[in-house]
Amino acid sequence: MNSAAGYTRVAITLHWLIALAIFANLALGSLMTEMAISPQKLRLYSYHKWLGVSVFVLALARIAWRLTHPPPALPLGLRPWERMAASVSHALLYALTLAVPLSGWLFSSAKGFQTVWFGVLPIPDLLAKDALLADFLVAVHGNLNGLMVLVVTAHVAAALKHHFLARDPVLARMLPLVRRGG
Amino acid sequence: MRLPVLCLPVLFIGMLTTGLPVANANPLSLDLTRSQVVFVSRQMNVPVEGRFQRFSAQIQFDAKRPEAARATLEIDTASIDAGSPEASAEVIRKPWLHTAQFPKAIFVSSAVKSLGGERYEVSGQLTLKGKTLPLAAPFTVKSQGGSLIFDGALTLKRLDFGVGDGPWNDPDTVANEVQIRFRFVAK
Repeated sequence: MNSAAGYTRVAITLHWLIALAIFANLALGSLMTEMAISPQKLRLYSYHKWLGVSVFVLALARIAWRLTHPPPALPLGLRPWERMAASVSHALLYALTLAVPLSGWLFSSAKGFQTVWFGVLPIPDLLAKDALLADFLVAVHGNLNGLMVLVVTAHVAAALKHHFLARDPVLARMLPLVRRGG
Repeated sequence: MRLPVLCLPVLFIGMLTTGLPVANANPLSLDLTRSQVVFVSRQMNVPVEGRFQRFSAQIQFDAKRPEAARATLEIDTASIDAGSPEASAEVIRKPWLHTAQFPKAIFVSSAVKSLGGERYEVSGQLTLKGKTLPLAAPFTVKSQGGSLIFDGALTLKRLDFGVGDGPWNDPDTVANEVQIRFRFVAK
């Protein structure tokens, strides 16, 4: 049960799992697209897609949990623009954790490559192979990722500002293993 | 005497018109626009379809005498479309089809037998990347608007022919088994 002071363990776990998966996939995505074709490249593309589907599934769980378990209130003394920035950036992050993997999956289908999650669960292609559509969707996937990087950077900067400058509990309460005070 | 002399030409004509195994029917003419040689390879267990865009086939087939059927298929290996421009550029290189040295893949049939109804099986030899190995494929024959449609499929092991050698011989990345589907429309 969510206390007024803190996030649930589920919310914290999902937050960091998704964060780690996103960082790993950004790294994989940058690396794999630079490689010349090789067995390693094929493997990295597969791992990237498996991780992407996992992010999507975890994001669905995260959103479902959030809708049923309201987060703790923002600290008092936050100015209106700070409250607005928090709401907008969080909403964007939720939306992007769904939109980025979706765009990747659609792009892959348009390229003619189905996604088979962990090599065992085939995910049906919504789109048929289409070179022009693929060109458009690769740009969508790239731009959404660019937006993700911007919002995550702002998100991390804000968390550090709250912790080190404002000295409020905003960051601490999202950290696992931190003692929960009264 | 007259009778024995006359026997010879009668016998000769008789032999021509009955019984002797003659190469049957004229070779069929292939409709290349409706024919295809397609393959599916599994990469990290994702099925990826490709095709050979240039090929020719000589087919002799008479449903009344399937055992006399003959087929020769010649594929231009460099005409491969491996599912993406990057893959197609890779797969003509030496570890794969090495098309510069082996521009043709050739199948020559040695036997055709009926499996009942419209189903048959062709056996023969496939020469691919310089290796010749026996191969058999079941197929069906259907008649449509004056044409014959031959549809068949088989599974080939690419490593048997050294296709996808060196670092590519890991069957977990690109599977050893390649499914081949062919359709020849001919009349």
